[in-house]
Amino acid sequence: MKNCYIHSAVSISTQNTFETKGFLTEIVEHSTKKIEAIHPNYKNFISPSSLRRMATGVKMGVAASSKALEIANLPQPEAIITGTGMGCIEDTEKFLNSIIANKEKFLTPTSFIQSTHNTVAAQIALGLKCKVYNNTYVHGGLSFESALLDAHMHIIQDEAKNVLVGGVDELGNEFIDHVMMMENNTENGLKVPFGEGASFFVLSSDKFENCIKIKAIETISSASKEGLILRLKLFLSQNNIGPKTIDAFVTGQNGDGFDTYYDKASTLFPETLNLHYKHLSGEFYTASSFGLFIATQVLKHQTVPKSLINQGEFTKPIKTVLLYNQFKGRDHSFILLERQ
Amino acid sequence: MNTLRQELKEKIIEQLNLEDYSVSDIEDNDALFGDGLGLDSIDALELIVMLDKDYGIQLTDPKEGKEVFKSIEVLADYIAKHRTK
Amino acid sequence: MPNTELNKIKTPRVAITGMGIISAIGNSVESNKKALFASENGIGNITLINTIHLDAIKVGEVKLSNEALISALQLSENNNFSRTALLGLFAAKAAVKNSGIKDISAYKTGLISATTVGGMDKTELYLKQFESNPKIQKYIASHHAGDSTQKIADALGIIDFVTTISTACSSATNAIMLGARFIKSGKLDRVIVGGTDALSKFTINGFKTLMIQSEELCKPFDANRNGLNLGEAAAYLVLESEQIAIKENKPILAYVSGYANANDAFHQTASSHNGEGAFLAMDKALQNASLLPRDINYINAHGTATPNNDLSESVAIKRIFEDKVPDFSSTKAFTGHTLAAAGAVEAVFSVLALQEQVVFPNINFETEIPETGLKPVTELKRNQIQNVLSNSFGFGGNCSTLILSKA
Repeated sequence: MKNCYIHSAVSISTQNTFETKGFLTEIVEHSTKKIEAIHPNYKNFISPSSLRRMATGVKMGVAASSKALEIANLPQPEAIITGTGMGCIEDTEKFLNSIIANKEKFLTPTSFIQSTHNTVAAQIALGLKCKVYNNTYVHGGLSFESALLDAHMHIIQDEAKNVLVGGVDELGNEFIDHVMMMENNTENGLKVPFGEGASFFVLSSDKFENCIKIKAIETISSASKEGLILRLKLFLSQNNIGPKTIDAFVTGQNGDGFDTYYDKASTLFPETLNLHYKHLSGEFYTASSFGLFIATQVLKHQTVPKSLINQGEFTKPIKTVLLYNQFKGRDHSFILLERQ
Repeated sequence: MNTLRQELKEKIIEQLNLEDYSVSDIEDNDALFGDGLGLDSIDALELIVMLDKDYGIQLTDPKEGKEVFKSIEVLADYIAKHRTK
Repeated sequence: MPNTELNKIKTPRVAITGMGIISAIGNSVESNKKALFASENGIGNITLINTIHLDAIKVGEVKLSNEALISALQLSENNNFSRTALLGLFAAKAAVKNSGIKDISAYKTGLISATTVGGMDKTELYLKQFESNPKIQKYIASHHAGDSTQKIADALGIIDFVTTISTACSSATNAIMLGARFIKSGKLDRVIVGGTDALSKFTINGFKTLMIQSEELCKPFDANRNGLNLGEAAAYLVLESEQIAIKENKPILAYVSGYANANDAFHQTASSHNGEGAFLAMDKALQNASLLPRDINYINAHGTATPNNDLSESVAIKRIFEDKVPDFSSTKAFTGHTLAAAGAVEAVFSVLALQEQVVFPNINFETEIPETGLKPVTELKRNQIQNVLSNSFGFGGNCSTLILSKA
């Protein structure tokens, strides 16, 4: 069995995370319920002939992945794996609306082609002329974690020396409003806005000084709160880790009624620095990829921007980080990171 | 005829999202596919729909498009000859 | 993974212990088998979707309405199942039953399902009514691709690893591949793998814009093929580590012995002229199975009957097998191209080929493709079959190959 290390982490998000050397030095405050990502000039990353067909998510994914590869100094990965909850919703809406508006006549193929869920992974491969394993996971709040799990398995089982893995979701223009309407109609709905973004990582079996190891990752489709606690304890003991070893506990708390899962899980780590991020990134199915991004930055820079702190104080070096995310009380995931 | 050529250039730029091009960048006899404007088979399908929708010309086999979409000049001639609207 | 003796001892073989299917040629494994043996296709005019292309396309519809599926699955009236979820649950339940699983939690069990359309059948009907009609708002939550999988997991009581794969038309093959990797790594003891896709106006019109849908019965690998017939289906297989299957005294239907995915990296929708992605997938799968091309006795080809796929796949097959191309056929002329389900549908057919020791015919074939001269098997053929290779290729250059072996 090999070990799995993170060689680069890149995020295009609703915060200033992409074209900066700093780490959340200035927080972008959002006052709307729907927040768009801060987009770079995509022409710097994507050829005009490809760019002209790309919707927001594809642009974000291709640009973020290209920078992740660049930082890791990796021209060609040995696997490309993505996760996306809603897929290419922008082009899906576009094609659907032209079906409706034109009553199935005079339809053109571009938005249909680009609406396929694996468009981001495919465009990355096409751009790199990269013929390796290519997969896309589309499982709600576990879309990114499924991709990460596959990538992790590739590395530890030596199926690949390095893997490009990422999570991406775009807001779209129409369907999101229906989702928001339903959310507003529920008691204890989301308190953070809906967002979008793309976070990409290069994983490798090569170790270097101070690099971050993905020690373990686990996903659970459904669990009661009590069952979840048992699973979390089991996860820690299987990795020979006691609760006190965790220096930062990062949760996907979003203010809805299901935050009680995080509250309950946090009771296992009463002395641990408790971090959150969805108030910065917005909520979307692959927001947890932004969570992994901020966790890697905390470990790398050994700083904790105030805005991330939910509870506790940053007083000592951070070596071990545990991330826990769930969506609407299901699709739970644990990711355990350790700075070498 | 010049109006039609102009119109086609505008439509192609708009329909195919050729943001970096303006009408004056496209010569009448520039190759639209391959080395010229760099269009591909997906663009050909887009153009087939444009022919149908705007000029009432139906190509049923994508291969026919290869000849018709050679250049703005060829395309304009073809449309002038076959248009039904 | 280096194929050392040690690995062979340590890594469990992946046994298939159950399967379930619903397709245009039947609502059970038995009825699908009967149709395959009788060369009876399930392709016809579209009846369940209101489209202007009624006369311009032929499709492979599942013969059960949503109402019939809801009643067969005993769902409550206020359920929010998309057709994709209904078909998926129907086939997944059958697979679990076929595998004789009494207690799903007795072993660490996962579910990996594939879909491309997800809840699109409802979204395309209701998009403009979501805001105003409270009755149909329940379908907003069932749009995303993971929804059908979650519903199947909940209905089967699978609480552990559950995920959904969407890589267009190779999706289910990738689901089977991931499942096999999970069993081999010991992360799961048992995993239900497969895919489900309902027909939708969205995909019908999408393929229409690509001008690759035939007005007639599709003719895979024929010189005069003129496009595909879309279909809908769901199919699932139960994979278990061999030790557990033996311990539980279960009949093993076949083994998953090899798999691979590669990317053509040529074009968003079209396959390359030299079939590079397909070649790499087949080559890597053979290596993964430690088999040589001559060990393959039957190829269940992707064979969609589009001019582009069948030529590209034929070229790739010739590159692998040279002048010794084994018996091959595409079964898509029976079922239509069932998109994300296709890989699982054809895995079920491949298992049947291994069990029955037959090659299923490539119906509607008349004339060889001049560029390659390959002739598929056109009538049911009895033969000794040890290993079947099954191909599935999708948009985005996604090419996957599975090798299944006789139990």
